[in-house]
Amino acid sequence: MSKKVRSNPLGIRLDRRMFLKSAAAGVAASALPISPAEAFNWKAFLQKHFREMSDEEIKKVIDRLEKEASLEWKKDVHISSAKAMPNVKFGYGLDLSRCIGCRRCVYACVKENNQSRTPQVHWISVLRFKKGEKWIDLENSEKYYNPKQVPEKDFFYMPVQCQQCENPPCVKVCPTQATWKEPDGIVVVDYNWCIGCRYCMAACPYGARRFNWAKPKIPSTELNPDTHYLGNRPRYKGVVEKCTFCIQRTRAGKYPACVEACPVGARKFGNLLDPDSEIRQLIENKRVFRLKEDLNTEPKFYYFFTGWQVQ
Amino acid sequence: MNVFLSAIQSVFKGSARYYAWVGFLAVLIVLGLSAYFQQLEKGLITTAMRDQVSWGFYIANFTFLVGVAAAAVLLVVPAYLYNFKPIKEIVLFGEMVAISAVTMCILFIMVDLGQPIRVWHTLPLIGKMNFPASVMAWDVIVLSGYLLINVLLVIYALYRLAVGKEYNLALILPLILLSIPWAISIHTVTAFLYNGLSSRPFWNASILAPRFLASAFCSGPAIMLIILQLIRKFSRIEMDQKAISKIAELIAYTMGINLFLLGAEIFKEFYSGSLHKAPLEYLYFGLHGNKQLVPWIWTSLALNITAFVIFLIPKTRENFLTLNIGALLIIAGVYIEKGLGLIVPGFVPDTLGEIYEYWPTRSEAVITLGIWATGALIYTLMVKFALPIYKGQAAEGNK
Amino acid sequence: MNKENKFICAIATAGIFFALFFSVGAGAEKAKEKAVKGEQGEQGDRPRFLVSSPPLPESLPCSKCHNYRYTDKKKRKLELAHTNIVLKHAEEQRWCYDCHDGDKLRLASGELIGYDKSYNLCRQCHGTIFRDWKTGIHGKMTGKWNGEKLQRACITCHDPHQPRFKQLEPEKQPMKPAEIKIN
Repeated sequence: MSKKVRSNPLGIRLDRRMFLKSAAAGVAASALPISPAEAFNWKAFLQKHFREMSDEEIKKVIDRLEKEASLEWKKDVHISSAKAMPNVKFGYGLDLSRCIGCRRCVYACVKENNQSRTPQVHWISVLRFKKGEKWIDLENSEKYYNPKQVPEKDFFYMPVQCQQCENPPCVKVCPTQATWKEPDGIVVVDYNWCIGCRYCMAACPYGARRFNWAKPKIPSTELNPDTHYLGNRPRYKGVVEKCTFCIQRTRAGKYPACVEACPVGARKFGNLLDPDSEIRQLIENKRVFRLKEDLNTEPKFYYFFTGWQVQ
Repeated sequence: MNVFLSAIQSVFKGSARYYAWVGFLAVLIVLGLSAYFQQLEKGLITTAMRDQVSWGFYIANFTFLVGVAAAAVLLVVPAYLYNFKPIKEIVLFGEMVAISAVTMCILFIMVDLGQPIRVWHTLPLIGKMNFPASVMAWDVIVLSGYLLINVLLVIYALYRLAVGKEYNLALILPLILLSIPWAISIHTVTAFLYNGLSSRPFWNASILAPRFLASAFCSGPAIMLIILQLIRKFSRIEMDQKAISKIAELIAYTMGINLFLLGAEIFKEFYSGSLHKAPLEYLYFGLHGNKQLVPWIWTSLALNITAFVIFLIPKTRENFLTLNIGALLIIAGVYIEKGLGLIVPGFVPDTLGEIYEYWPTRSEAVITLGIWATGALIYTLMVKFALPIYKGQAAEGNK
Repeated sequence: MNKENKFICAIATAGIFFALFFSVGAGAEKAKEKAVKGEQGEQGDRPRFLVSSPPLPESLPCSKCHNYRYTDKKKRKLELAHTNIVLKHAEEQRWCYDCHDGDKLRLASGELIGYDKSYNLCRQCHGTIFRDWKTGIHGKMTGKWNGEKLQRACITCHDPHQPRFKQLEPEKQPMKPAEIKIN
């Protein structure tokens, strides 16, 4: 077999067969469907963790993000970085004798917090249980109930969302500290720091976290432009998100969207540190419980009852 | 130097079978890359993972391979200390398996991430590693460290072989000694990653870490058995049959322990009968009509028990055919048990009682095959590189 | 339409949807209400912030018609007027005249109160609910959690003659994970 041998100092013999093979491999590799490279966004890549940035750095980052979001959504998106108010720890109350399972809270949340419509993301799940049997029998609960009218006879309803635990297992397991508990008790996610490993989703006992399996799609007209960096600003594919007690509203003194949407007043919200607040009143005077208390996560989402089970 | 260059050369030269094998792996890798770019473009929605089952085939393979990586070293390195000559000579090939396995582990994690270019966030100092709270941070440290240890050991061993010198034990003994608890730690830390989650009762059992180690000691040695016999066949390197027998004997004991621990878990869940038995019930009997994994786990159990018997009886252990059948059965059995058989039931039923039956998509399968091919290719190239050096030394030793 | 106009249009649409959503979310609120600060006195039995009652029906004042010398106070089914009101609220035990007295509402003690304090009538029987309502636990709460809270009078949500809520049509059920696909 004839071989073309090139002499070189290292004495490596490169024959024609070898050359042709490597060339073929190179050509084949260039046919890989690598997406056309946009100018690589170095600023985004090197962005620091939110808690490591000074106020000026945060302002610069927010300016860039606002520009990017406004460009993408063709709207004037405003991203707040409002800090937690002092002497505030948010708590939530849910009156299980009132919830009728109408899901108005679910969709109010979707609109307020810019959740992806396709693929569908709902931060709140409403579970339906049969009355008179096992207490909070999750295995036999139904999330996909679809009657013509609610409430249905013989059933009761329980909405579940992020419990904003005081001892959050999700915060404990995140390898990059992309999720943490803020001073006002809200557990937040820095969407620009999350690597999308989904360990927090495995760790959450309440199934409260959602992942963006694809790029979130929202009709531009439905985008809520009043956002918070740690809350409802438009997110990216490949990051985790969840209920933030409407941080963009609550840090401005307003009630969360779900509280305002509930037509039967089953949802209560307030400052746990304020003894006059309805949330403190109900915790101290009603029989409250929290989900999976034995796990010691210390949720700040309290379920309670006031009256006769709604028919 | 000449030895090094000729070793490099030998990577590019080989029999037709060699080229065919490398070419086959290259094709799988290219297909895997293509599927991965699609996944990068569209997002992880190309997989079958959803919020209810948020980890799947990639993490299943990762878990299985961590066990292989740990066992590959634990199997062979103690031979140094106990001076068990038959195994001592093949330590190198065991460490190379560890390197390939850990590389595959890292690749499986990378393809599972939603934002892979942000992986630097897990690093200390330049990132914001959540150490010591997050077990995943520990896993990043131990896996990288393990890869480093094995790479150093292999480079050193090959260098010494190439220049015709014995290993300077004083230099590498610390590393060798370190590699033993480190190998145990990579699998323990990975077990703790699941174990520490109170949200997932299927994993939140104290027995999980011991079970991990027991099954790793089954699958790792079984893979080693097959690989060593292949190397012996294709390179005509002398490999004492005693080494192979010893490994086979070891597998009998570890599979026995593995089956015992499984039995202990099954007793606890089904006898106590609390609601936490649901994931195990889903796995073995189906839950509310959802039975996708049932035939798989029973197959796995049958394979494991059969293999246990094969390795237990000296006759079948010594017989070439039954030995290799047993090894393959174990690899398959543990792959199912510590792969999807571990990951999916952790998420079924999910924390709110919902059942979503996960089965990997074609995209996941292609990417997984691509990563396995990458590991196989890395191992093949390493062995092809090492063989002339090793053979040279062996030839020297025989003179 | 040039770029600028499109932009303004988009903002306007968004603003309309935003406002619409908020008013839809408000549910039973009928008109733009302003908070009325709670008064001390009256045994301190008003919540701190109370939204004024919705506008009263056009047939008021009652004394427009109910100014007869003789009133038939026997419980019966009305045929000449108020036929649209079907009482489903302890209707076996009582009827119109047990609560209504001319332009006022009458408490069990005989005391007459105005329609703006109708919650005092409800509280006679629904004492526990009244206590919850006063504390903010019963009924919808909007406004500012750390400032001007907005509560509603009983009759803002509950029709006093048929107080039980009607069933609602639920919003669409969520998609199952298997239904979420690449789009």
